[in-house]
Amino acid sequence: MSGALPAMKTVNTAVRETAPMIELKDIHKAFNQGQHNEFRALKGIDLELPEKQVTVLCGPSGSGKTSLLSIIGCLSRPTSGRVRLRGRDISGLPERFLTDIRRRTFGFVFQQFNLIKGMSALENVMLPAYPLGGDWRQLRDAAERLLAELKLGHRSAARVEWLSGGEQQRVAIARALINAPDVIIADEPTANLDTALSLEFMGILEKLVDDGKTVLLTSHDPLVVGSSLVQRVVEMRDGRIVPHVYVETA
Amino acid sequence: MKIWIEKQKYLIDYTLASLARRKVKNAGLLVVYSVLVFVLASVMLFTHALRHEARTVLEGAPEVVLQRMVAGRHDLIPPGYLERLGRIRGVQSQEGRLWGYYYDSVVKANYTFMAPNTEAEAIAPGNIVVGPAMARVRGLAAGDVLTLRAYTGKLTRFTVARILPQDSELVSADLVLMSSDDFRSFFDMPAGHFTDIALRVANPQEVRNVAAKLAAQFPDSRPILREEILRTYESIFNWREGIVLLLSSLAVLAFVIFAWDKASGLAADEKREIGILKAIGWETGDVIRMKFWEAALISVFAFLIGYLAAYVHVFHLASALFAPVLKGWAVLYPRFKLSPVIDGLQVATLFFFTVFPYAAATLVPIWRAAITDPDAVMR
Repeated sequence: MSGALPAMKTVNTAVRETAPMIELKDIHKAFNQGQHNEFRALKGIDLELPEKQVTVLCGPSGSGKTSLLSIIGCLSRPTSGRVRLRGRDISGLPERFLTDIRRRTFGFVFQQFNLIKGMSALENVMLPAYPLGGDWRQLRDAAERLLAELKLGHRSAARVEWLSGGEQQRVAIARALINAPDVIIADEPTANLDTALSLEFMGILEKLVDDGKTVLLTSHDPLVVGSSLVQRVVEMRDGRIVPHVYVETA
Repeated sequence: MKIWIEKQKYLIDYTLASLARRKVKNAGLLVVYSVLVFVLASVMLFTHALRHEARTVLEGAPEVVLQRMVAGRHDLIPPGYLERLGRIRGVQSQEGRLWGYYYDSVVKANYTFMAPNTEAEAIAPGNIVVGPAMARVRGLAAGDVLTLRAYTGKLTRFTVARILPQDSELVSADLVLMSSDDFRSFFDMPAGHFTDIALRVANPQEVRNVAAKLAAQFPDSRPILREEILRTYESIFNWREGIVLLLSSLAVLAFVIFAWDKASGLAADEKREIGILKAIGWETGDVIRMKFWEAALISVFAFLIGYLAAYVHVFHLASALFAPVLKGWAVLYPRFKLSPVIDGLQVATLFFFTVFPYAAATLVPIWRAAITDPDAVMR
């Protein structure tokens, strides 16, 4: 499997010294626990994710990437184990607090984009900020600014189902950024894009890195995994991290 | 507080957009819902207004009416009764009344003839005052002459002095007022006789005692209490209302099934939408509040449309759809407008029984969808 990864390089000790933003300790995740169809998606994951780095989780389908991404992004809780965000244990927090952390800390770009049909690009971008109850005019201006930065200003009033795949993904990215999160999580961001659009995504990724965002991706795409923007590649298999492929790049 | 208000505004804003996105489905729901409220509210408003009219009319009625009976049938009060009544303690005043029915074969309608007692209502001999429905049917106006065949068989000419006002039509539709002398000669009734006697009793606590004394001292007569008449009206209207409401309950049941079906069969795109909202940072409570606003907007809007339509139907269109069932045979000829009366408790009851089942039927499945883990959209 390691042969599929073109950009494995030596461990960068300077990176190691950066305080981890997210720490995972012995994370287990089981579905349908105690039932005949119990499935253990994660089996003891230990991982540290430093701030302002691009990390890629890769591995075959069913290896546990998405489950791990969900736990890191506070979309779900581990069955056991500890999750620390900037040193604070968040694994046992009630849903309400977890949602608040998710809203303020993480921005998600889903594989299927998950935009709400029938609404305009602008409205979709504004949605994550609704529960915060801020000023509407400021929110709209921020959403328009993000769309303009992603070269979608002219399409802000268009309903999302009328947009191309690349445009939809940029709307999804703008939506992920609206609450100014520190961490951007993208699940298979180039899986539904052709090469040109994938390169376009990498351009956006570069800008996010320049803006100091911490980025966590899952991907099989060599274009992503082999990119110079990516500092860490974590390969997973059968719910575990494959030790010899847990690498950090300069 | 400001943030909370802003948040609710965002939720309502989203809800309105969400309703607009499912236009056809929601419009259909709104129509069915409004029709249901309209039917129930029409029945309630109509019967309540009728009851109110009856109570208003009876407020001015005497506390006790004494009728003489012969072989179980109503007969005339002979001379001497009025004087004897004056000696009963508790009776404030008593007056003999003259009234009766007359069948007009020309228009196949019954009229109520009366001879008012008070000076203010005194009518000159040869003149009559007629109710608006009768005036309409016979094409009468003030100054016209009406010829009626008296009980002696003699044709009698009356001059219409005036027409009674329209707003009293519920009680005066078929009324013909004339002087006492004209009344007696028209119906060939001997002097000193009355149709019945109206008694005023000052103390409401004394009414039943007075009635008991009347029953004892006048064994050939029956006292009729105002409260009994009121109760009879209530029973009639309750019974009629009950029948219509029973039929309407089938509609309510159908609606509840419809609402439940809509809600429990929460469309896949709605479930997906809830998942997305949760994943991008909406709390379960936000989703439920948004759906609450959706249900509230639909139900309150439907309630207002249905209730306003019912108001227009009952008070401006004379309950055209339900009148045959609710009015019954007794008011076939008069055309009347009910005075608009709205009972707050009744509105609240109707609101509760139409809005609450819908809200419950929709919110429970929404809650079940909303508590699912947000990571569902990742899969």
